[in-house]
Amino acid sequence: MKVRLLDLAHARSGDKGDTANVGVIALQTEWFPLLEKELTAERVAEHFRGMINGAVERFVLPNLGALNFLLHGALDGGGTLSLKTDAQGKVYSTALLRMILDIPDAEAKRLALPSFEPENAPSR
Amino acid sequence: MKQVVRVAGGQGFWGDDIDAPRRQVEGGPVDYLMLDYLAEVTMSILQKQKERDPSLGYARDFVGAMESVLPAVTDRGVRVIANAGGVNPPACAEAVRAMAAKKGGGAKVRIGVVTGDDLLPRLDELMAAGHALDNMDTGEPLSTVRERVLSANAYIGSTPIVEALSKGANIAITGRSTDTALTMAPIRFEYGWKADDWDRLAAGIVAGHIIECGAQCSGGNCLYEWQSIPDLANVGYPIVEAAADGSFVVTKHPNTGGRVSIQTVKEQLVYEMGDPHSYITPDVVADFATIQLSGDGENRVRVSGIKGRPPTDKLKVSIAYKAGYKAVGSLVYAWPDAIEKSKAADGILRARLQRLGLQFEKILTEFVGVDSTHGRLAGDHADAPEVQLRFGVRSNDRAAVERFTREIAPLVLNGPPSVTGFAGGRPKVEEIVAYWPALIDKGVVKTKVEIVS
Repeated sequence: MKVRLLDLAHARSGDKGDTANVGVIALQTEWFPLLEKELTAERVAEHFRGMINGAVERFVLPNLGALNFLLHGALDGGGTLSLKTDAQGKVYSTALLRMILDIPDAEAKRLALPSFEPENAPSR
Repeated sequence: MKQVVRVAGGQGFWGDDIDAPRRQVEGGPVDYLMLDYLAEVTMSILQKQKERDPSLGYARDFVGAMESVLPAVTDRGVRVIANAGGVNPPACAEAVRAMAAKKGGGAKVRIGVVTGDDLLPRLDELMAAGHALDNMDTGEPLSTVRERVLSANAYIGSTPIVEALSKGANIAITGRSTDTALTMAPIRFEYGWKADDWDRLAAGIVAGHIIECGAQCSGGNCLYEWQSIPDLANVGYPIVEAAADGSFVVTKHPNTGGRVSIQTVKEQLVYEMGDPHSYITPDVVADFATIQLSGDGENRVRVSGIKGRPPTDKLKVSIAYKAGYKAVGSLVYAWPDAIEKSKAADGILRARLQRLGLQFEKILTEFVGVDSTHGRLAGDHADAPEVQLRFGVRSNDRAAVERFTREIAPLVLNGPPSVTGFAGGRPKVEEIVAYWPALIDKGVVKTKVEIVS
């Protein structure tokens, strides 16, 4: 079943120099293990391919049901050097939440995940 | 000893709501008002102001904020802690003293002034003594940009603020204190936490991290169920109610808007987070993976369980240097074919800049409404009703950037059709002041506390 990350998590992002950080927080505690399994650093790097020049690092915060990603080389030099609208990486958060995950039906059902059907989905 | 120490956050950066400090001291009981004014490049802006006028170089908004809270300080014993001193804490203290004297509260004001973080006057001496001040991100030594350095300040911790409070200051003004120390220091002072009480110090740092961005932990910029967050027009700024054991509650005054919930606090906890296991400060290294959150009633979140460990033997140094020039211009293209027209205009602009032989380190085109926030992830917008072409250049050559600023407006008459949105005139050339983070041995930095009354 297709599931959209926006329907599983909330997020906030910010900057440190030329690195953006995205903290992704599970909307339901019981969904966190799934996020931990699916949202690998590699998966996130692939999601942002062509948009960042550096590596992706991941840190796990089970106590907050959260994952923290560092996207290196994401801000065109960062801070005042950057020419980007989003020089401080404030909206990488929702850019990550665009990710669509493919979850086996049985697991999606067990976790009562909201299904994502792009054709019928209300625009958000 | 107090049962609870209430620290109210009243300013998340220089430019935040100027009425928030007053609302924080008038909306209910608070013991301390914490005001954070400094972002990474703020120090360099203040340094430029100080060079033009030696009596400046601090966050001038602070004097107005102090005027608005003066009765609470002089009559109700609220104490204020702020890093508003910028690169000139003594001048900031003098401005506050003069304001208080004029308002008739001068006799009850004792200002603690923390100095010693400013390394600019010592920079050559320090470099000659072998402190390379390598850029933490790129590894380059500071010598590569030395002649362009505008300011250099060590991030200092809670100890000098605690000293100011113990000397009876009711207003403590620092320069480049860490944002988090401004909250941790008064709690540490009230409960007499020792300098090696790692878990409690770490708890104070986490409290500081949560409230250092003002209302960003109490409903502002919160994605979780954002439509349901009430009355942001009257958003309540955060308050920490700290207990002696290091646990604390995050809340806000009654009859204010916004929301304090586990989700709003979680979003702020992950904001600007690096390695959560090692949140390094001058006082302690906090482990954010030990934080436990629980509900404590409406608009109240309890925070506990925090572990800390000894800090490193270095302090971070915030250095600002001149890094060339930039300018950004824009035009708006309307349907039909808005994106195609924008792309055509972008191509024309690039061709003209090339023909002029101008050299830029970077040219960036964004199509606002299509790709400026989410890039290619935003998908196809072939039928967009409108697109803003946003075109930026960066160069060490001011003349090249200046010339670029004259190339946008002509496109209105000599480029693709259905174009508008140029009423702002030519873009302006901005000098770039960039941030150079470095480390220095702790022993090199000696802070000093003076009381002005």
